[in-house]
Amino acid sequence: MPILSPSDAARVREMLASLPNPVRLVFFTQTLNCETCEPTKQMLGELAELSGQITVEEHNLLLEAEAAAAYGIDRVPAIAVVGAEDYGIRFLGMPSGYEFMSLLDAIQLVSSGDSGLQPVSRELLAGLAAPLALQVFVTPT
Amino acid sequence: MAVEHALITSVIVEASEYPDLVQKYQISGVPKTMVNGRVEILGARPEEDFVRTAVGAAE
Repeated sequence: MPILSPSDAARVREMLASLPNPVRLVFFTQTLNCETCEPTKQMLGELAELSGQITVEEHNLLLEAEAAAAYGIDRVPAIAVVGAEDYGIRFLGMPSGYEFMSLLDAIQLVSSGDSGLQPVSRELLAGLAAPLALQVFVTPT
Repeated sequence: MAVEHALITSVIVEASEYPDLVQKYQISGVPKTMVNGRVEILGARPEEDFVRTAVGAAE
């Protein structure tokens, strides 16, 4: 039973049709004690089917500690959304409901490499001299 | 924002799956953004306002 309905899949395919560059969804999972790992894996698989630019790279959090450390991941399920470079965009937990749209946004962002921010925001961020770690808490709706 | 600068990382946390983080950062409503684990930005804010607050918190 697919997670994405045929009509949703068609819409997503259309949204992703113009991705300019490849995107890797680096997915961290584990076999036990993770209710949402399997559905997240299925969802990412369905997503990758909809665009030739998207690939899913799966890692086991416990067995592949080196990869987890490289991406700064210590929980599952987790997804690093990686384009031509790793911009530091991560999703913790299954991005379902409205957060699925956020995942699509992130894919489009890293594929284009353009933040789409206003000039004033770009100017403010250009002067940044210290690390800025954002954690955005959301809930599925 | 993370695309804009190499020093910026952005993690979207599904709050319902991580009660420990919810407790740690006292999340009672969403969206709530923590900047460097110290400064909180509540709700959805206008872009420039959000960026100013976040950059201010990082310095």
